[in-house]
Amino acid sequence: MATYIVRRLIGAVLLLFVVSIVTFTIFFLVPRLGGATADDLASRYVGKTAGAEQIHQMAVKLGFTDPLWVQYGRFVGGLFVGADYSTGPTTVHCPAPCFGYSFITQNPVLPDLLDRLPVTLSLAAGGAVIWLLFGVATGVLSALRKGSVFDRAAMSVALAGVSLPIFFTGLLSLSIFSYGLGITPPGGSYVPFTENPLQWAYSLILPWITLAFLYAAGYARLTRAGMLETMNEDYIRTARAKGLPERTVVVKHGLRAALTPIVTIFGLDLGLLLGGAVLTESTFSLPGLGKYAVDAIVNNDLPKVLGVTLVAAAFIVFANLVVDLLYAVIDPRVRVA
Amino acid sequence: MTFLDVRDLRVHFPTDDGLVRSVDGLSYRLERGKTLGIVGESGSGKSVSSLAVLGLHKRARISGEIWLDGEELVGADEEHVRGLRGKKMAMIFQDPLSAMHPYYTVGQQIVEAYRIHHRVSKAVARKHAIEMLDRVGIPQPNSRVDDYPHQFSGGMRQRAMIAMALSCDPELLIADEPTTALDVTVQAQILDLIRDLQREFGSAVVIITHDLGVVAELADDILVMYGGRCVENGPSTEIFDNPQHPYTWGLLGSMPRLDRERSERLMPIKGTPPSLINVPSGCAFHPRCAYAELVGGACGYEVPQLREVGGGHQVACHLSQEQRHRVWHTEIEPNL
Repeated sequence: MATYIVRRLIGAVLLLFVVSIVTFTIFFLVPRLGGATADDLASRYVGKTAGAEQIHQMAVKLGFTDPLWVQYGRFVGGLFVGADYSTGPTTVHCPAPCFGYSFITQNPVLPDLLDRLPVTLSLAAGGAVIWLLFGVATGVLSALRKGSVFDRAAMSVALAGVSLPIFFTGLLSLSIFSYGLGITPPGGSYVPFTENPLQWAYSLILPWITLAFLYAAGYARLTRAGMLETMNEDYIRTARAKGLPERTVVVKHGLRAALTPIVTIFGLDLGLLLGGAVLTESTFSLPGLGKYAVDAIVNNDLPKVLGVTLVAAAFIVFANLVVDLLYAVIDPRVRVA
Repeated sequence: MTFLDVRDLRVHFPTDDGLVRSVDGLSYRLERGKTLGIVGESGSGKSVSSLAVLGLHKRARISGEIWLDGEELVGADEEHVRGLRGKKMAMIFQDPLSAMHPYYTVGQQIVEAYRIHHRVSKAVARKHAIEMLDRVGIPQPNSRVDDYPHQFSGGMRQRAMIAMALSCDPELLIADEPTTALDVTVQAQILDLIRDLQREFGSAVVIITHDLGVVAELADDILVMYGGRCVENGPSTEIFDNPQHPYTWGLLGSMPRLDRERSERLMPIKGTPPSLINVPSGCAFHPRCAYAELVGGACGYEVPQLREVGGGHQVACHLSQEQRHRVWHTEIEPNL
């Protein structure tokens, strides 16, 4: 078991390393391959009126003219020891871990990210609880009553849930419940949990449900398929032969065995969402990481985009690690491997 | 009063292709402390009929009567039957690897079986589980109790399965192909174990198998099933020494034996098991029976009824007693 954990941890660290290389490549190398010179890159960091000479000076100052490995070293170094950027007359310090420094808004990216994270976290966590409960419950009931009216109705709704994009269901629900009936708050009215937990939940209820609808649909289908399979296993018959009540047979024996793929997908979905629920946050104007990334992209603010990308990638790696470790908890056969 | 009395049991499954008549009029009796071997090939209805006794069929149409210790189980309250399952009647399944839950330890699974029917603490149940493992011959039960099924060998798993089934002292034990998934050397150990435990617990045992060799030593009575019906039944010695049904002859002829020359060939039963949706008219075995022509036409349209041939021995065959006697002694027995 210990070796299993250590192996997974080492794997995760290696993966983060690869992530940093890939991210670096995308942001610094790909533009070069696309024909952009160091000066072209630097031109994003100076005012529009800057002349060619000034741009070149900036390119030298920002290190775009250095060899690639030096640039990569500086990029990774910033994460551990911080970085100094001299943008003109003054030098700014970006303390470790430095996820980048925005020359447009003149501030390090990390505090911004930490500021936005709770919003994304609230959205993802609340949505996840709802979709997990509804998705799995629907899936189990559907499997137990395969072919029934309930099953068909649930699976049709689930199909709609998977197919409809969130900006459609989100806008539709906003227009009905917020602007039509007025029972939920309009978009952009996020209240932090620390300020008022009730208001927090109220401000997020619509985004949660919208997000959960999309995901619950997938989980319902996944759970249904898994349950249909496990409920036909021999050990289910054994459980019944012991005289267990049907509810115990279904939950403790059937669902337990069908849980592995659900946990896998759940971990990955959650990791993905923590990097920013771009569509949901944009639809409901929630100031989370996803909205932050969209705004940064619109403003061509590369360091911010880079920062969000790194954080998002790290969350996915972390989620993978957690899933791997959970595997061992769920399935004892994994522990020996 | 007979302990287990099955009367005219029918188990039918409605499917898209038609009605599957898995068991079609099966009757037998079994007393406490006795062992009944139900023998037949795949699809003969032997497992289905036993699952019906435990009430484990969800989508089947069941008719007939199943009396267990004076209590009718067909049509009985499901919750009540559930209370009997595991306690009064228990079952051992064929492949213990797939029949035990891979995510729970062997101990947890025995504890669970015990605690449904006994209001005891987990610690007490655990002690009982260790005791049971010890009783079925698992070495170091104190540590093995926390192992998972995949950490056990095949034979040990079947022992654990038996420990689980016996944890509540069932009065009726049904073993469905208990040795099929095991090595030959382990098979004998498991059969011995079942016999020893039966003596100890005094339960009634039903052993389901396709292998006459398995029941040869173990069973008091043998019931041969074909196409969802009983074609022959009687005391074990009668079935082996004086078999009356052509299908039983076929089973005996296809059984490998160590006391024969290796050059002699086994005599397989020709053809394939019957479809249970379109069961052959008349005697279900007649399309495969080498002796149907001795009878004339009756085999093809008239279902033979079970008839007593003496000594508690019954057979369902249109051949006359003399014909059966002659064929057995001149054609079958000398070649076995």
